[in-house]
Amino acid sequence: MTEAIYVDGVTKTFGGDIRALDGVSFSVEPATVFGLLGPNGSGKTTLVRILTTILRQDSGIARLLGYDVATYPSYVRTLFGLAGQYAAVDENLTGRENLMMVSRLNHIDRTDAQLRSDELLHQFALFDAKDRPLKTYSGGMRRRLDVAAALVAKPKVLFLDEPTTGLDPQSRNGLWEVIEELVAGGTTVLLTTQYLEEADRLASNIAVLDHGQVIAQGTPRELKANLGATVLEIGCIDLATTARVVEILTPLSSHAPHQVANSVEITVDDGPRFAMNALRLLDEEKITPTTFSLREPSLDDVFLALTGREAEVVPEATDSKAKKKGRRRDR
Amino acid sequence: MTIEASLVPPQSRRLSLAGDLKMMVGDAATITWRNLLGYIRIPEAAFFSSVQPIMFVLLFRYVFGGAIPIPGMTYVNYLIPGIFVQTVAFGAVGTSIGLAQDLHTGLVERFRALPMSRSAVLAGRTVADLVRNVFVVLIITGVGFAVGFRLHASVLAFIAGLGVLLLFSYALSWGFALIGLLAPNAETAQVMSFPILFPLTFASPAFVPVSSMPSWLQGFANNQPVGVVVNTTRVLMNGGPVGSLAWKAVAWSFGILIVLGPLAVRRYRRAS
Repeated sequence: MTEAIYVDGVTKTFGGDIRALDGVSFSVEPATVFGLLGPNGSGKTTLVRILTTILRQDSGIARLLGYDVATYPSYVRTLFGLAGQYAAVDENLTGRENLMMVSRLNHIDRTDAQLRSDELLHQFALFDAKDRPLKTYSGGMRRRLDVAAALVAKPKVLFLDEPTTGLDPQSRNGLWEVIEELVAGGTTVLLTTQYLEEADRLASNIAVLDHGQVIAQGTPRELKANLGATVLEIGCIDLATTARVVEILTPLSSHAPHQVANSVEITVDDGPRFAMNALRLLDEEKITPTTFSLREPSLDDVFLALTGREAEVVPEATDSKAKKKGRRRDR
Repeated sequence: MTIEASLVPPQSRRLSLAGDLKMMVGDAATITWRNLLGYIRIPEAAFFSSVQPIMFVLLFRYVFGGAIPIPGMTYVNYLIPGIFVQTVAFGAVGTSIGLAQDLHTGLVERFRALPMSRSAVLAGRTVADLVRNVFVVLIITGVGFAVGFRLHASVLAFIAGLGVLLLFSYALSWGFALIGLLAPNAETAQVMSFPILFPLTFASPAFVPVSSMPSWLQGFANNQPVGVVVNTTRVLMNGGPVGSLAWKAVAWSFGILIVLGPLAVRRYRRAS
């Protein structure tokens, strides 16, 4: 079966020396959500722009539904929908006029375009605002209209570049539901995001991009399992106690404990055994934690472990915990 | 791992000249519609963009005009054709601003990812600006007659003058589209336009006879595109032998279109 999206060794350099993509490869099965995760400037948007024929790669292969993006750009443009990083909508038109414009530019005839526009306005809860100029729309409404515009031609592949950035939780949930419906109906979705929760919820496969390279790839479960650990969270009564707990537990663990306000997070290989040891040591010091829990690592933990960023890292604390006791990573 | 070859799109989807042309016209019409709606939705912009040329008419007619003697005709009859050309030339800045705005709000990015004609965004912008120019020209015509402009040529010649003017305005739009695509943002597009517009409109016979200028400037003023178009419209609207002037004006317009049009389309394809 042909992959919906196929990327092999794609590179792109800007201005001669800024390497935005450095040999990116992955493939996406039809009717799934693929999450492209990475910090700002990791190359996510550049890759989306190459796959949507806006940019051309320097080398490597990029295909949509088996069609080479660089060889047949005009045909490929009939296959996908794109909702970019900022809502690309026309301020001077109403919501409905925006959808009509994009429909007409997709060469949908007028009657069908009107039906499709109204259908999408209903689906995205914009029908009541359809004849209002966009100036009166909230950020969330613009975003929804932007995604609706990407769907007018019922594309087989949908690219969503940070679709929920700046959305309130309710709109975000609404959009997630729409994405799930689309995928159930056979659409393939490539989603870029900085929100791990989003990738975790929607994506069946994830690639983590950093400095233009895929540094990890797999299902959310695999990525978490590869971290090979559980996370122990200990809540404390005050900051002084928290600092003391970090001090006590640092020699015990192969990963540095990491203080977040009044609690300590430690990634540990053997959760239950470590927990028992920790409790015993704390008891000897007459420290009673306010909370004490073992949990599976979140994608946040994975992301942090892979990119070493996200949190403001005190560099020494990451690797050489023995030398610099008491140093910790604060958010 | 063996890499399979790319699939080849179905034949019906590939190039056919008639199909391409139909798509180009249809897409340009959609973009024109969208731009015209934009003008209608901001009536303040339309109002104030016609206030400026009206003020120029009043300024030159009543303030400066008395000091500028024109042999053989009233100053207002000399002035109005010049104002026409100056107005469409300044109006072309709108093309560059509008395009720069679309480019930097992400709208062009969306257009680039749509299966639409590559030249439609530029064609739709310039055609919408041509429609806007027709309205502005009609307003100036009304104002001109109100302040004393009198038709000495035939109505047909006057309309031919407007035709030369609008053709020139359309060609200029493409030139300024190129500036809009080169500018880093809309504000810069505007300031980039003026160093080109000022010498062309003011070092020209638009407001004063070139005979009052130093001789080295006269050659420029009479032969640069705005100067040629001013002279042509003036002769057509006031009567008199047009001679080869009209051909020079038309040649300048087509020259600008043929050279700057493709450059603008090329730039549009590449700009990011």
